[in-house]
Order: sequence, then C-alpha cells, then structure tokens
Amino acid sequence: MESFSTYARLTLKEAVSIGFNSIFIVVIVSTFIGAVTSLQTAYNMISPLIPNYVISLIVRDMTLLELAPTITAIVIAGKVGSNIAGELGTMKITEQIDALEVMGINPSSYLVLPKILALMITYPMLVVLAGFLSIYGGYLTGIFTGVITETEYIYGIRADFNPYNITFALVKSVVFAFLIASIASFKGYYTRGGAYEVGQASTSAVTNACIAILLADYLLAQILL
Amino acid sequence: MIEINNIHKSFGSNEVLKGVSGTFEQGKTNLIIGASGTGKSVLLKIIVGLIPPDEGEIFFDGRNFNQSDRDVKTEIRREVGMLFQGGALFDSLTVEQNVQFPLDVLTKMPQDEKLDRVNFCLKRVGLENTNNKLPSEISGGMKKRVGIARAIVNNSKYLFCDEPNSGLDPQTASKVDNLIREITEEFNITTIVVTHDMNSVIEIGENIMFLHKGHKVWEGTYDNIAHSNIQALDEFVFANKLMRRMKENQ
Repeated sequence: MESFSTYARLTLKEAVSIGFNSIFIVVIVSTFIGAVTSLQTAYNMISPLIPNYVISLIVRDMTLLELAPTITAIVIAGKVGSNIAGELGTMKITEQIDALEVMGINPSSYLVLPKILALMITYPMLVVLAGFLSIYGGYLTGIFTGVITETEYIYGIRADFNPYNITFALVKSVVFAFLIASIASFKGYYTRGGAYEVGQASTSAVTNACIAILLADYLLAQILL
Repeated sequence: MIEINNIHKSFGSNEVLKGVSGTFEQGKTNLIIGASGTGKSVLLKIIVGLIPPDEGEIFFDGRNFNQSDRDVKTEIRREVGMLFQGGALFDSLTVEQNVQFPLDVLTKMPQDEKLDRVNFCLKRVGLENTNNKLPSEISGGMKKRVGIARAIVNNSKYLFCDEPNSGLDPQTASKVDNLIREITEEFNITTIVVTHDMNSVIEIGENIMFLHKGHKVWEGTYDNIAHSNIQALDEFVFANKLMRRMKENQ
C-alpha cells in the first residue's frame, strides 16, 4: 500500500496542475459572461415599470444558480477533461500504466484518485472565483455603458438574496468536478490502440462529461430547488 | 525460480496459449523465443500478472501467484522488475526520477540513500551522467538501459524483459543483451527474456523455451538448438541466409 503522504503529495500536485492552471480561462470566461448577461438583461428590459436594479439581481441569480457552476464546468470539461484523458491514454498505450502495475502499485488509485480529489477540491474554489468575477464583470459593463448606476447595481445584488443559492452552486460544483475527473479518467485509462485512439478518448471524455454535467444540472435543480 | 504449469489463454475464439508449462531457473537468463504471434508476450504478461490466464498456475519460488489474493500478488510484484519493449519510462520525469520512482513510492528510504542507490544502478548500466535528462533526450538503447536500472533499483528478485533489443542496432542490442546476462549472474536473479532475435539467443540463451502456435515445442540451451530436428524450430533458427550458410558449413 502506497503511503498517505504519497497520495497527499500527488493530490497537491494535481490540484496545482488542474486548479491553478485553470484560473486564467475561468477569469476570462466568467468576466465576459457576467458582462454579456448584464448588457442583454438591460437590452430586454423595455418596460419603464421595471426598476434598473433588476439587472444586477438577474446577473447575480443567473451567475450563482447556473453560469458560474455550469458554464465553468463545461469549460473545465474541455480543458481539464481532455488533458486527463490524453495523459492517461498516452500512459496506457506506452505501457507506463503496465509498468506501475508490475511494480506493485495500484495504477488506478495512484493515477486516478489524486485527479478526482484535486478537481473536487479546486473546482468549488474556481466556481467561487467565477461567481465573483461574473458579477463584477456585469457591474463594470453596466457602469461603463450607462445601463445602470453603481448604487442601483449594488442594491440589486443585495436585494432578496437567498444564501441557499451559494450552497446550491457549491453542491453542483462538487458533483460536476467528480463527473469531469472520473469520466475523463475512465476514458483515458481504458484507451486501446495508438495516437488516433488517444485523440478519440479525449474527444469522447469531453463530450460525455458535458452531457453528464447537463443531466446532473437538471437532476440537481429538480432535487435541490 | 519461476514455474508455470499448464497455462491456457484465449482471446475470443483465438486460442493463443495451449497448455504451456516450464521452469525458469534462478541466476540464469531464460529465453522465450518464437515467431511473431506465437504467444510469447502474452505468456510473459500472464507470468507478471498483467493478463489473467484462463487456466494454469504460476509459482514464484513456490508461492502461487495467480491464485493468491491481492496482498500476496502485490508482495510478489514488489520483487519484480520489468523492461518493457518501448522502455515505458515516465516521460515527464528525468532519468534519475524514473529510476528513483520505485524507491519513492514503495520504500521509506532517506533521500541521500535513494540517490546513492540510483547512481549505483545508473553506473551499473553505464549511464553515469544522464541523471537530469528526459527520456525524450536519450537514444533508444539508453532508454532500455534506464529501464533495466529502474527494474533492478529495488533489489528485484525477478527480471522480465519484453523484446529488449527491438529497434536497436546490432551493437547496442548486443550491449543490452550482455548487460541483462551480467546483471542476472551478478545479482543471482531469475530473468525471463522474450525475444525473436537470434542474436540474443546466441549471446545470452542459457535456458531457451521455443513456442510455436501456442505450444511449447522445444526446451534446451543454445548449444543444442541447432540439432533439435524439430521443423518449426529449424525454420525459426535458420530463417536468415547467414544462419543457413553457417549450418551448411558445419
């Protein structure tokens, strides 16, 4: 049995590789999603009876309930899912996984478990970051384009706030992280053939993870809301 | 010593191994030879436990391997070193990290002791100054030697080599073959080499098992391989012009 410290070290290494290296793409995607949501909400609010602060209220709720956990999950499925499947697939076809097994190391727990744990730890952090940046992106765009004032935006994001939405977003993020890492690991670990099949495994990992995320998104909304 | 007893293996309707039995002796270089597709690599993978046999038993110094529980298998595997056909080095780790890998994961040895052991093994395979190179920066022959260093770093009792000189020039192939033989004698380990290369048979063939169409059809030493009177073995051994001429001149 490999020691606990071995797994802790591997999980930390994977957390840096998976989580830290995904910050840039999460920052870009979430900021722009918040900005676009803010502008499109303002564009669709043609009735003068609806107050402007509703724009930021909608940005906040859409971000917490859907955009931050789900859209970021789709992005991470593409970036991290393909990476995991490609890495494990290459290790499989070049007999590196067999080499681990011959050494008496359990390759699935040694290679797969740290990846799943690392993503389940870091993805909720990325979702928190995405949520903050999405709301901030909406704020910046709203102010610069003049569709909403600073006071109205801040009032909107505080109005009728339900803290359970944050819990819901975090629960979703843990489930999505598990799905992305486990599906990608499965696809990579059971790759057979050569370079073409590694490519196929990566594509299949992303496609299947995206479908699983959307299905889980529906089920969690049905169960938890 | 490793003993295999009545090993059968099929993939779908294709019966690859049809009741192969044999003994691989300690301190000797044991060869499994045969043409492509005769089940040599499958037999090796069954012996190390990468593929389960349909039937049969494998004993490592009297310990039943394939019918043991996971803990016993793991214990035996930690006494095993294997050189894979393509080297199977971890491509994101340096040569030093690759050789040190089994010590990192499987032992609690202090770092300076690990480094001493790694340097000893690298020196033994003639790769003293390659510690910081990546596998992509070294030649095919060097990769094989790093693979051997990694296989023996944890004081393995059993060494398995799958086509150790495939893709190598004759000189480098001979060096790798001799290295395997020397290490086997020096550390008194049980070595099994799968090959279809007659040069290996000539260089290191102390105890040879010939497989043909899933059967063991001959077992012996290099000295008597040329006088077996078995057609399949004759066709394999004397397949090339040089060997045929040597036979005619005898």
